[in-house]
Amino acid sequence: MNSVERLVHMANQIATNLATDAAPVAAVADHIQTFWDPRMKKMIFAHGTDGLSPVAAAAISLLADAQNGS
Amino acid sequence: MTYQPQKDFGTPESRSDEAVSLTIDGREVTVPAGTSVMRAAAEQGTSIPKLCATDSVKSYGSCRLCLVEIDGRRGTPASCTTPVEPGMVVRTQTPQLAKLRKGVMELYISDHPLDCLTCAANGDCELQDQAGAVGLRDVRYDVQATHLGQEKDHSNPYFDFDPSKCIACSRCIRACDEVQGTLALTMESRGWDSKISAGLASDNFLGSECVSCGACVQACPTATLVEKKVVEVGTPERSVVTTCAYCGVGCTFRAEMRGEQLVRMVPYKDGKANRGHSCVKGRFAWGYAQHQERILKPMIRKSISDPWREVEWDEAFAYTASELKRISDKYGRNALGGITSSRCTNEETFLVQKLVRAGFGNNNVDTCARVCHSPTGYGLKTTFGTSAGTQDFDSVEDSDVILIIGANPTDGHPVFASRMKRRLRGQDGRPGAKLIVIDPRRTDIVRSPHIEAQHHLPLRPGTNVAALTAMAHVIVTEGLANEAFIRERCDWDEYSHWAEFVSQARNSPENLQPVTLVDAEELRAAARLYATGGNGAIYYGLGVTEHSQGSSTVMAIANLAMATGNIGRRGVGVNPLRGQNNVQGACDMGSFPHELAGYRHISDNDARSLFENDWGVTLDPEPGLRIPNMLDAAVDGVFKALYCQGEDILQSDPNTAHVSAGLAAMECVIVHDLFLNETANYAHIFLPGSTFLEKNGTFTNAERRIQPVRKVMTPMNGLEDWEVTQKLAQAMGLDWNYSHPSEIMDEIARLTPTFAGVSFARLEEAGSLQWPVNADAPDGSPIMHIDGFVRGKGKFVVTDYVPTDEKTGPRFPLLLTTGRILSHYNVGAQTRRTENVAWHPEDLLEIHPVDAEDRGVKSGDWVKLASRAGETTLRANVTDRVAPGVVYTTFHHAVTQANVVTTDYSDWATNCPEYKVTAVQISASNGPTEWQEEYEALSARSRRVETGIAAE
Repeated sequence: MNSVERLVHMANQIATNLATDAAPVAAVADHIQTFWDPRMKKMIFAHGTDGLSPVAAAAISLLADAQNGS
Repeated sequence: MTYQPQKDFGTPESRSDEAVSLTIDGREVTVPAGTSVMRAAAEQGTSIPKLCATDSVKSYGSCRLCLVEIDGRRGTPASCTTPVEPGMVVRTQTPQLAKLRKGVMELYISDHPLDCLTCAANGDCELQDQAGAVGLRDVRYDVQATHLGQEKDHSNPYFDFDPSKCIACSRCIRACDEVQGTLALTMESRGWDSKISAGLASDNFLGSECVSCGACVQACPTATLVEKKVVEVGTPERSVVTTCAYCGVGCTFRAEMRGEQLVRMVPYKDGKANRGHSCVKGRFAWGYAQHQERILKPMIRKSISDPWREVEWDEAFAYTASELKRISDKYGRNALGGITSSRCTNEETFLVQKLVRAGFGNNNVDTCARVCHSPTGYGLKTTFGTSAGTQDFDSVEDSDVILIIGANPTDGHPVFASRMKRRLRGQDGRPGAKLIVIDPRRTDIVRSPHIEAQHHLPLRPGTNVAALTAMAHVIVTEGLANEAFIRERCDWDEYSHWAEFVSQARNSPENLQPVTLVDAEELRAAARLYATGGNGAIYYGLGVTEHSQGSSTVMAIANLAMATGNIGRRGVGVNPLRGQNNVQGACDMGSFPHELAGYRHISDNDARSLFENDWGVTLDPEPGLRIPNMLDAAVDGVFKALYCQGEDILQSDPNTAHVSAGLAAMECVIVHDLFLNETANYAHIFLPGSTFLEKNGTFTNAERRIQPVRKVMTPMNGLEDWEVTQKLAQAMGLDWNYSHPSEIMDEIARLTPTFAGVSFARLEEAGSLQWPVNADAPDGSPIMHIDGFVRGKGKFVVTDYVPTDEKTGPRFPLLLTTGRILSHYNVGAQTRRTENVAWHPEDLLEIHPVDAEDRGVKSGDWVKLASRAGETTLRANVTDRVAPGVVYTTFHHAVTQANVVTTDYSDWATNCPEYKVTAVQISASNGPTEWQEEYEALSARSRRVETGIAAE
């Protein structure tokens, strides 16, 4: 697994484990915001949503939008 | 101060609240009811002669030396077995007693060698002292038959057994029974032929079930059981109280010294974690501190293919600082990072993370807790509001049901295990606590002398969450939840949501049995027992955390404790058993990349500005890299320099091939350690470290107990570790001027609310303090969440079982789980350099007889252990301790490197590696694997040290 693949795997794993949260997309976004360093976030934003589960993809989009100030 | 053994009160302390006053030798004394006359006398400073009594074990009344006269009583009762009574009038010294005692001593001495001048215990022998105390001047017996001249047992590497010197007081047997709980020793035969024996007559100490905890040696009143080191160097002449550097129990010891030479480590009776007990590691395995392989001079090299070159400290600091600056200038400040050590002190750990944040200018700091208890931090903070265990160790004395999950305390936390076993055995008519063990292996505590778990649930590795959810299902659906507690202490809506989830039929024990492989009825019974058996306490270890759902399992445990009201008082709680001595402290000190000291997120503006103002720098508000992320970034070519203090990530972290690739991609790896460890094979700078005997500071144990570590000898390398970090910081231009670790603790206290009341002066006064120590709890907090949770309301979190991505299949049909053994510690860097190798010279692979037979493997055969990540070889041990389909090994030996086999999978929340589940195959082996051969060659090359030109 290269680094990007690992990040995708991690994001999906987080999404699976937070699937039972009342607001899973926000919970995944918050988790990644809290624990991932800026380069990891940048890498997954650049990677896009390929390979991400719907919840993980929505969370990454949410974070990327927030980062871009949109 | 001159050497004095710790005062021995003769019999254990009574815990009664009722006070009793009596008169001893004309002086009135008041003691708790249930105290013996002997102890009452000792407490008022009167020393009654004694031999078979010592305050670590119950009174025995066999030596007849402690006789006293009591008004209104006939005869001369033994003071050790006579409890005090109100108004009792006792005389300890009368002509009649003197005559009796002299007679008793005369008999003892008539069968004891009179070689006091050459005896190892000369000057530290109770028999010698008592002979003097009773005024024995002559032995009138012309003894024909004696027990003298018997063969000594030298088999134990740390102590000798000389039966000729034994007075058959049974103190050793009772210590083994009552204190250690192994029951290895016995009195063989009867009457004249009585002899202390370790197991069968054919056993010696090493071959017996003795675990070498030292309790018998400590209890022996003569030189019958004596430390080899005392035989070698003589008795100590001074002592210093300090804290053990092995495991998270945090035993207090007296380091007993001759000059700067350590003679022995003796467990300190006033130590609040260990209460006078010890294990083979802390008591005896400190020889590594003076081991010839210790590196005492700094060394540098341009490339890892070059030999090392020894340099002076000044050159080492200047070179290190210049390398870090070069790399920061070239690749940016985020190319640097550091790893703090759970083996180092709080003060040292605090400085390393400060160096990274304030000096390197980023938050790329992590600690070895990443690979052990980071899920505890996440799980307990989420549910309870703070990242720590809830109880002190004393609490176990009030437990009625003990649930152990994913922990092997008799091996990993032996001194606390002894305290736990004492409670499990029951005492003085009080029945023992009930025991539930959830573990894939039949660990020793499942069945040991006088202990048998009511329920052992041997689950399939990786299914902890499923098993705990099934237990929750039983508790909720059978109406066993403590709703009053939940309504008062927890968020009811969150509880309702969780209860609805666990109640679903898919979470029933029957439905999950095919997943967990745990018998549903057995699981139901265990759940009922935990919920209804009285005070229920959960103890857990790395078998919980080191999984892809490690954090979920911690939260599932917290859910169970809250649902049953088992939080907030003695006897209950959620107790992570911490692996290394200062895991708790390393976490507390802000070693995680996202948190400042006291578990405050780096993005918290208030917390960050507190540090910024104190340190005079601006801190990065974004979290930094965790250890696995650092290695990924290194492989990607953007992380280039690592300062690694007191850790050996190459051996301890998973997927060795990935770790080595990460290290090899860096331009500056700084290893700060005692030895050229495995990580040092990839290092460019080696800074020699100091041992716990050579420095001042504090460790924080698994019960949040901050304890002093005191310097007993000058660092052989010249500097304490905090001084090394400070000098490196100074070389980098930071204005650090600590003159003592107490000043670092003062800084920690002013920046960390839970440490606000901690200082070296307070620790000196109190002995130890359990955080939080602040205005609300000036004397610390033995038990947390008493009136409410730290976060306010306890939070129930739904933890749905998610199978690991590490799957078995035709190529890798078995599940490997890893762990540790009593005689070794972590990567073995310390214990492999002691005589502890006598018990465990190599890592072995435990395999079930069925799996072994399928592969034609016998005990002792070399086998290849292969996974998707890599392969190694080691010898097999065929045993039904492991279930069919499961194999187990330890990771103590660099030759084996079990982590060559473990994978990159990790906990979803914290990246804690999934050490406990690896799909593997076992096959016969005809030699070391390619990796092992290549690694051995690399190690030999990498450890070369340039010696310079020979003088001749």
